[in-house]
Amino acid sequence: MRGMREVQVLSYDEFYVKHYTNASFLVNPEFKTATELDGLFSGYDPEKRTYDTSTWAYQVDENGQVRTDPTLQDPHCVFQLLRKQYERYTPEVVSKITGIPVEKLLAIYDLYSSTGRPDRAGTITYAMGATQHTYGTQHIRTYAIVQLLLGNIGLPGGGVNALRGHSNVQGSTDFALLYHDLPGYLGLPTGDKPTLEEWIASRVPKANYAPSANWWQNYPKYFISLLKAWWPEVDPKEAYGYLPKLSPHKGGIPDKSADYSHYAIFHAMLAGRIEGLIAIGQNPANSAANANLARKALDSLKWLVVVDPMETETAAHWKRPGVNPKEIQTEVFLLPSAVWAEKSGSITNTGRWAQWYDKALDPPGEAKEELWILTELVQRLKKLYAEEGGPNKEAILNLSWWEHSEHMAEEVAKEYNGYDLTTGKLMAKFADLRDDGTTACGNWLYCGAFTEEGNKMARRDPRDTHPLGLGLFQNWAYAWPANRRILYNRASTDLKGQPRNPAKWLVRWNPKEEKWEGDVPDGVAPPDKALPFIMLPEGVGRLFAAQLKDGPFPEHYEPWESALANLISGQDKNPVCKVWVGDLDVYGTPEEYPIVATTYRLTEHWHTGMMSRNVPWLLEIQPDPFVEMDVELAKSLGVKNGEWVRIKSARGEMKAVALVTPRVQPVKVGDKTLHQVGIVIHWGYQGGNPGDSANQLTPQALDPNSFIQETKAFLVRIEKI
Amino acid sequence: MPNPKDYAILFDASRCIGCKACQVACKQWNDLEAEKTENRGSYANPPRLTAHTWISMRYYEGLRPDGDPYFDFIRGSCMHCTHAPCVASCPTGAMAHREGGVVTVDEKTCIGCRSCVQACPYEAVHFDEARGVVHKCTMCYDRISNGDQPACVKACPTDALTFGTYQEIRAMAEERVRVLKERGYARANVYGLAELGGTHVLYVLTEHPSQYDLPKAVREAEKRAATGWLSAGIAAAALGAGLKFIVERREALKGGGQ
Repeated sequence: MRGMREVQVLSYDEFYVKHYTNASFLVNPEFKTATELDGLFSGYDPEKRTYDTSTWAYQVDENGQVRTDPTLQDPHCVFQLLRKQYERYTPEVVSKITGIPVEKLLAIYDLYSSTGRPDRAGTITYAMGATQHTYGTQHIRTYAIVQLLLGNIGLPGGGVNALRGHSNVQGSTDFALLYHDLPGYLGLPTGDKPTLEEWIASRVPKANYAPSANWWQNYPKYFISLLKAWWPEVDPKEAYGYLPKLSPHKGGIPDKSADYSHYAIFHAMLAGRIEGLIAIGQNPANSAANANLARKALDSLKWLVVVDPMETETAAHWKRPGVNPKEIQTEVFLLPSAVWAEKSGSITNTGRWAQWYDKALDPPGEAKEELWILTELVQRLKKLYAEEGGPNKEAILNLSWWEHSEHMAEEVAKEYNGYDLTTGKLMAKFADLRDDGTTACGNWLYCGAFTEEGNKMARRDPRDTHPLGLGLFQNWAYAWPANRRILYNRASTDLKGQPRNPAKWLVRWNPKEEKWEGDVPDGVAPPDKALPFIMLPEGVGRLFAAQLKDGPFPEHYEPWESALANLISGQDKNPVCKVWVGDLDVYGTPEEYPIVATTYRLTEHWHTGMMSRNVPWLLEIQPDPFVEMDVELAKSLGVKNGEWVRIKSARGEMKAVALVTPRVQPVKVGDKTLHQVGIVIHWGYQGGNPGDSANQLTPQALDPNSFIQETKAFLVRIEKI
Repeated sequence: MPNPKDYAILFDASRCIGCKACQVACKQWNDLEAEKTENRGSYANPPRLTAHTWISMRYYEGLRPDGDPYFDFIRGSCMHCTHAPCVASCPTGAMAHREGGVVTVDEKTCIGCRSCVQACPYEAVHFDEARGVVHKCTMCYDRISNGDQPACVKACPTDALTFGTYQEIRAMAEERVRVLKERGYARANVYGLAELGGTHVLYVLTEHPSQYDLPKAVREAEKRAATGWLSAGIAAAALGAGLKFIVERREALKGGGQ
């Protein structure tokens, strides 16, 4: 009989937690969990809306090594702090907040925690439903903690797996199409590190727990090899000076931060700070939260270059419904681009497999692949800088670039694989990269992808190479890093490198031959010489992670626009999340906007619909934007299934077909009954069957770590038309 | 009964995710035009089979007795029946069985009388106004007679669709139902074994066919096709004469035909 019960640890993998996580690590005694501080962690500054994280540190001895309690009893050890943090999260309280009946919660916990044994594995896969919140990063942290407690990281059938959505979003983050990073997740240097030495010193961690492999100690080799790839004839110390540095915005516009992410760019545009924008395969007029703000921001541009196969909503912002084109001065340049079958290159998936694609046909009309367009741009820029000079001109003049050719994509691949500059030969593996300027490598993670043996990404051998037939296809494409298929796979073994589940062993140490067998291990060191989590200075997984802006443990908060007070603490919302506030950044109350909205993607359309809404057979199967709602809500609004309705938020409105369905149910949260609706995102004023974008409703309230927008929970009201 | 070596398709509704890849692949292979549609409060579009839409996914949503919501998907298309009412009702023999149990219409012989359209209990065959003949799924006869799979089967991402011999497909279906029952789907069943002499498209369903607008009592349909003026000898003679006139007239209009 389960009545009121205390939080119990149902089951966890004791060996794994003790040896492969930081459960035993002692934390500064001044650290306080959100249980003790009613929804906040120690160190909060309400004026600045940030945390001073100095109390979030491990206790260390005189050698800087972490102090631990292997018995997991010390009240300051991570394990006990974890219990303290979550003692409020009883099944009854969780049931009240989520609307899930206690019996169902317990059944889920029982089933999933049964994977906390070496012979069982569970995987958690996730996408935007978890990340697009003002606490999205902490959602993912929750998955990591659960999987570490259950010993599910590093084994077949385990892991925390992000379902990458865009065709090559994994490739785009690997190659740092994000302002704050450099290829291979090396991080873009900050303005307070004017020299190469200072920057590198700040990035090389010290191992603080033995025997950690502390792989990022190799950072100098990767960073300097990157500088040599881009500026081969330049001393790396000088080339460092060419890199832009992250510094706070000039004049505090759009704000005092060093945030150059998507929404900061659009606010800078609104403030008149940006003259021109190049949008390559990006349609922010539809894909940005608070799309009306994004569209208005684009109006302030003097010029806009759009590289896309179609004339997108972004390219056509100046003639969108409701504006007078005469009042908008943006000069738009449309550079038609090739689609996926019309160019060669690699695409990287959730499993980190870089798969090479060969061009199948030429693009139509004047459309060109992006590599061609960028090459033209670079060549012309070099010419202009040579003739006219300009700030940082050496960075452009000395930049290595390719000539047009049939095999440009392969040449780019070779550059990111890297070369030994002393021999001119392609690098075989990143373990051979050096920090003395004699190797070049565009992305250390892909070092090994295109070697003297050929393009490994183009391999298509479908045979399972694992002796037990586990599904290890090591000769199909190339998985970074080093063709390792499952990360942290050493965590599937015991301290002697022997599989904890022999029936499904993934890697194992062969003591006779002194080498690992099976999947590529995390480093070749013997089992007693390196811990599994090689990319962390601790060498073990982090149950407690001090690096997050909003806390070392996940804590429940309500969305920025919420119909409820937080039932778990007095802190309603994420105390450090980034929220843009202004004339166009407005937020509604539950009194005006009583319905909770979320956004959906569909099978039949892709993202802003620029490709899919120009294909007649896709328009045929999914012609109009719609909103799913429950039967009760529809009745109370007097709305029938199939009727068009108007949806409004504090920021804008849209029209959609009401799809009334019993699959959506009202949710009882606390003593309130909430109605929830799901709005599809794929429509816009361009393309086939033009319609409204759900982003006309959504808010620019952002996660503090990733700056991703909260498009999965906001408030609306709905009216009959 | 179908012959064991006949062609057959298995649609396993327990694996289907309602993605419509089969629908779109069919259109692409057969060069079928996209229809103009509206969302009338459903994921189903186009809402029914037509001369240009040979597969139409149907969407069933509701609450189960225990209160949990369900969202089930059914692939609607020609079932390639053994005792096909369309074949039985066709006055010219245009609608006929090929080898392997596949039912196709010969456009040259079709007179557009639409008897088959009336006869089909699955509403799978329709008249093409522009061309004056009827159209429906061919089981990709052009592909399967060359050793390939139907386009819909090839496109399906979840193995909800499988192609093989009738013997293989029937065995697969029955095994799947056994597995589903073990997993607690007490009402799992194979549809298409008894209907219309046995259909060459079999369904694995988790609920009774009546939940999915699938006719069980199709003996009436068979009777419907068999009774009427076709079975009367005199009418047959009159038909023969009338038929000759119609065919000759059509050929004269076409100016020689193809």
